[in-house]
Amino acid sequence: MLLKHLRALSVLATTFVASLAAHADYHVDILPPVTPVSREIYNLHFGILWVCVVIFVIVFGAMFWSVFKHRRSAGAKASQFHENTTVEVIWTIVPFIILIGMAYPATQTVLNMKDTSNADMSIKVTAYQWKWEYDYQQDGVKFLSNLATPRDQIEERDGKVGAPKNENYLLEVDNPLVVPVGKKVRLLITSNDVIHGWYVPQLGINQYGIPGFIKDAWFEIDKAGTYRGQCSQICGKEHGYMPIVVVAKSPEEYAAWVKDAKAKMPPPATVAAATPEAPAGATPPAADPNKKWTLDELKSAGEKLYAANCSACHQPTGKGMPPAFPALDGSKVATGPKAAHLATVLKGRPGTAMAPFAQLADADLAAIITYERNAWGNHTGEAIQPAEIAAARK
Amino acid sequence: MEQTQPTGYYFAPPSHWPVVGSIALFFMASGGVLLMNSYGVGWIPFGIGIFTLVYMLFGWFGTVIRESEGGLFNAQVDHSFRWAMSWFIFSEVMFFAAFFGALWYARQYSVPWLGDLDNKLLWPDFAAHWPTAGPYRPPEFSAMHAWGIPAINTLLLLSSGVTVTWAHWALKKGDRSNLIFGLALTIILGVTFITLQAIEYGHAYSELNLKLSTGVFGSTFFMLTGFHGFHVTLGVTMLIVILFRSVAGHFKPDHHFGFEAVSWYWHFVDVVWLLLFVFVYWL
Amino acid sequence: MSTASHTHVSGALDDHGHAEAHDHHGPPAGFTRWMYTTNHKDIGTMYLWFAFFMFLLGGTMALGIRAELFKPGLQFFDPEFFNSLTTVHGLVMVFGAIMPAFVGFANWLVPLQIGSADMAFPRMNNWSFWLLIPAALLLIGSFFVPGGAAASGWTLYPPLVIQQGISVDMTILAVHILGASSIMGSINIITTILNMRAPGMTLMKMPLFVWTWLITAYLLIAVMPVLAGAVTMLLTDRHFGTSFFNAAGGGDPTMFLHIFWFFGHPEVYIMILPAFGIISQILPAFARKPLFGYASMVYATASIAILSFIVWGHHMFTVGMPAAGNLFFMYATMLIAVPTGVKVFNWIATMWKGEMTFETPMLFAIGFLCLFTIGGFSGLVLAIVPVDITLHNTYYVVAHFHYVLVSGALFAIIAGIYFWLPKWSGKMYNEGLGKLHFWLSMIGFNLAFFPQHFLGLAGMPRRIPDYALQFAEWNMWSSIGAFIFGFSQLIFLYNVIATIRSGKPAEQKQWEGADSLEWTHLPTPMPYHTFVTPPIVR
Ligand code: HEA
Ligand code: HEA
Ligand code: HEC
Ligand code: CUA
Ligand SMILES: [Cu+2]
Repeated sequence: MLLKHLRALSVLATTFVASLAAHADYHVDILPPVTPVSREIYNLHFGILWVCVVIFVIVFGAMFWSVFKHRRSAGAKASQFHENTTVEVIWTIVPFIILIGMAYPATQTVLNMKDTSNADMSIKVTAYQWKWEYDYQQDGVKFLSNLATPRDQIEERDGKVGAPKNENYLLEVDNPLVVPVGKKVRLLITSNDVIHGWYVPQLGINQYGIPGFIKDAWFEIDKAGTYRGQCSQICGKEHGYMPIVVVAKSPEEYAAWVKDAKAKMPPPATVAAATPEAPAGATPPAADPNKKWTLDELKSAGEKLYAANCSACHQPTGKGMPPAFPALDGSKVATGPKAAHLATVLKGRPGTAMAPFAQLADADLAAIITYERNAWGNHTGEAIQPAEIAAARK
Repeated sequence: MEQTQPTGYYFAPPSHWPVVGSIALFFMASGGVLLMNSYGVGWIPFGIGIFTLVYMLFGWFGTVIRESEGGLFNAQVDHSFRWAMSWFIFSEVMFFAAFFGALWYARQYSVPWLGDLDNKLLWPDFAAHWPTAGPYRPPEFSAMHAWGIPAINTLLLLSSGVTVTWAHWALKKGDRSNLIFGLALTIILGVTFITLQAIEYGHAYSELNLKLSTGVFGSTFFMLTGFHGFHVTLGVTMLIVILFRSVAGHFKPDHHFGFEAVSWYWHFVDVVWLLLFVFVYWL
Repeated sequence: MSTASHTHVSGALDDHGHAEAHDHHGPPAGFTRWMYTTNHKDIGTMYLWFAFFMFLLGGTMALGIRAELFKPGLQFFDPEFFNSLTTVHGLVMVFGAIMPAFVGFANWLVPLQIGSADMAFPRMNNWSFWLLIPAALLLIGSFFVPGGAAASGWTLYPPLVIQQGISVDMTILAVHILGASSIMGSINIITTILNMRAPGMTLMKMPLFVWTWLITAYLLIAVMPVLAGAVTMLLTDRHFGTSFFNAAGGGDPTMFLHIFWFFGHPEVYIMILPAFGIISQILPAFARKPLFGYASMVYATASIAILSFIVWGHHMFTVGMPAAGNLFFMYATMLIAVPTGVKVFNWIATMWKGEMTFETPMLFAIGFLCLFTIGGFSGLVLAIVPVDITLHNTYYVVAHFHYVLVSGALFAIIAGIYFWLPKWSGKMYNEGLGKLHFWLSMIGFNLAFFPQHFLGLAGMPRRIPDYALQFAEWNMWSSIGAFIFGFSQLIFLYNVIATIRSGKPAEQKQWEGADSLEWTHLPTPMPYHTFVTPPIVR
């Protein structure tokens, strides 16, 4: 069809523009597609782009011709015609036909991308403010995926210079979504708090996660590699800091990864991981859940974990951002009976941004809660032990 | 449609009412914002705003009524009022359409979706049916029965549509006593409607456990019937004004748009009720 | 239409035909002239100044956005404040700048162009304007309350706005008030057009600007109440325990999106149809040739308006509608290209074989034509569901809507100001400054927004304060362009003020090709009350 020729033309033109832009990062194009659907999208876009370019050139060619020829300074005299049914009918019908030519291939792609049946595996994706949770329905792996770019690369305010930025600045996570190539993967996308968007351009997926509803999408990657994306729907303060990284591996490597990941569950931050510079003598709490910790040990581990998990909302200062995010400094919950504090953190507050944090390890939660109860102006002097968390979970 | 302009356009003199009205709304909005966020002081600006608004409405409508009775409005102005009232009512129709749309969407889409196979992952025990208060710890409640108070209210409103028409017919004949009688009857029917509606709400809250917060059913039920009830109240208020004007000898058999506007509005409120009765109570 | 035989071309100044209650001809003195006025010209002027002020304010916020995005990293603002800037920039531009500017044009021009003495309801007209002030105070004031201004995007999607603070309530009530203002304004405009036309001014003789506003006013009456309903539900979800948009109670956040966009899409046409009207007045005037296809222009405008009610789903292709829904909205959206194309072709046919000169209004009109069409094409690209999937909520969308809103709506407004300023103020603006303004705007605008297409294609999401390194280069250029564009608007401001203060007197028919009643029947400067006795149009 017409589109075929235009595709060839577009390849030519893109290589031309790409070579122009080779030096700096002057991307002008959709990123290289790696799934059947995103390839169709890529072609559709370029087909339509070129149709539009051609129409533009014809229409505005005519206009500029007229601007040059029919101007007073070139001696033009105004004619007075103001109607011509024939041309008016033509320029109503011709665009209509062009549009049908665009709609036809687009319809096929829509039907294809909406067909999530016969998937080889499915992964439940839950969005939280501001991280993703991946729950492999068949393989039994479940973990959180957080931004991995250090804060000091981001902050340049108040005269700060900011550390040199990583290559994948803002597009890197601690635990990427790992999937096998050549398998049809169905995503069950939802959210725990507000609307987010799971968007990875190269996979041709951009699907809102809507709290309380499951929406699905699918992809089948045909090339091993790392594909990056971001949350596409404004979801609050850290919306810009909610990247998605998908690593596609061969099925064998994927199987090995699953084994590994299962062994490490729960993989996200443990006290040990989050406190590389933990005070000497602090043993990783995962090692011995029954060990009694001192207040100081818990507090210093808790500070790091608090920074990683809670400070986005409640702020490093504990002052929160009222009225959306309450202050913990001086809060009744953080200074009152322990049970309410434990319940808030373990179960969250349904219907608010305060998500349950039960996925964190007992020792981590113990550290965080101890920290909250003894930081800033809070001085309960209480050390919460991992065993108490374990008990509260029941 | 091909109305054209005769001479004698009435130049409304400069007026302070619009600015007063804007100030009123500013105070009302500020007060409302404070109140909704539990700052008790909000009552002060809110009160000032309401008071100013009422003052403005009296002043403004008073001016228009005086102009009208003073014969300053020609046929063209009358015609303008007709267009304006029609499109105002149309805008009200669209306002209700948003809420009816919400009801339709909830019943037709969101509730069935919440109960479908995929959403079993999130709400394993939810069975989609209507009425519902949603899948999250739904409270026990019952829906309002259509054939009790609501049916009586339907009859009341339908008859009140007849009584305004009667009053209108009397006005056109220049029969003032029947006009006043018809209007009074309409007002009584309207007030009875509102009273019954209040009783119904009390019943819903105390016996049916049906509240504004009872999930999407409670939300749509109370917002639709509530806004309708609010419009009935407005309508009754306007009818009362018209009644007083009729008693004061306003309106002529061939020149009484003030009356007609109110009766149009009343019919509109009537029609909305019929839709409510069918879609909220009955089906 | 252009011929009329009425007696006083010299103006209605000395006409005593109106009601005895009130017998002065010039404006009353002092500030109460503006506060209490019932004169459509005064009200139009106030609308336009208000809009311009809000444009500068919203533009300043846009420059804040562009400054933060000049390079990666957070340099100036906290992310939450950045989101507030984006949100309030959108709201202020849409509800504070573009819409009031068009209402200002309607106030000035509708009575003049249909030969009516004023608007049908002059007092309500004044109220429509004065309602803007409390709304603007609430909107802008929301920056100064605890928690900062609304930061959910101008689309106010729940549950995010449910989380946010007191400022959201202020925003919601501001929207209610703006809605009331727009509804009253539209009722006024419709009634004026349908009921106050001069003898002989049949509907199909009305200038196209009047037609586009008639249709726009219908759109407004139909959708502003729906928006009011939508934000009311937000308010009750926030404070009164309803569950319209909360799945736990059986509602659905998507429901808000449907209701919002049922308003939102017609809303964007509300912001472009009057622009079409202005352009349809300007192009024939400088081509010295009647508008091509007058009737088909009217029908095309009406078709666009009608279609606009059934395309809202194109903002929601990624919410997970069923395939049938996506396809329906895709087809309906694509259809709009047909009537819009008819308009574009008619404009070009109007220029064809004309006798063109290129004063500032004409330059902006031609700029509008080219750039709006680019924006239309990117809209068409977005209408294709699969393509929208990769572009939704990226900078491609930002590029699209600034092409239709800035180089569409705003360019048309600027063109219209240059076109009618001589008539309104009685003075002629400085042509050289006007041309400078045009060329700087052209360069700045395209530099600011064309690269945003590339950013979107490469996957840069919108509403983010910081971005990955591969987006750095185009963002830098975009920011530079935005500053050029922004500051060149100060030339415009200066030019308008200088004209009003000390411009050379303009002629009655400053543009020889202009043929609507305000040019053919009224002197320059115009008297305070015009067409007290209606002209007779043949
Ligand atoms: C003045 C405002 C305005 C106008 C006129 C338009 C016009 C159009 N818009 Fe746009 N749009 C917006 C303002 C506007 N839009 C805004 C503000 C948003 C974002 C909101 C938000 O999310 O914040 C948006 C977003 C938006 C989206 C959603 C993108 C997304 O979020 O993913 C889509 C998708 O379909 C779209 C499509 C269109 C189309 C098809 C048109 C058509 O009307 C264009 C028709 C015109 C032409 C096509 C050009 C002329 C025609 C010819 C020369 C004829 C020949 C042509 C062919 C046969 C191809 N728009
Ligand atoms: C309706 C019309 C309209 C107009 C005219 C504009 C005008 C501009 N817009 Fe805006 N824009 C929107 C409507 C509009 N916008 C909407 C609806 C959104 C979406 C919001 C959302 O996501 O929710 C948006 C979002 C938006 C974004 C995306 C933000 C984000 O996603 O994070 C950006 C970024 O570049 C941007 C930039 C600009 C710029 C540079 C201008 C320039 O054209 C502005 C130029 C004008 C000036 C710069 C004023 C000049 C003033 C001075 C020079 C200072 C002097 C000061 C005084 C005298 C007091 N806009
Ligand atoms: C996405 C934002 C967010 C994150 C991240 C977050 N919280 Fe919260 N938190 C909230 C919100 C919102 C509330 C208020 C809930 C309400 O209104 O009941 C809250 C409330 C609380 C309260 C109760 C405070 C009070 O006075 O009522 C505690 C305690 C708390 N959070 C602890 C934590 C801990 C511990 C973490 C990290 C492990 C954390 N939060 C992470 C948003 C968040
Ligand atoms: Cu999550 Cu944006
Ligand atoms: Cu749209």
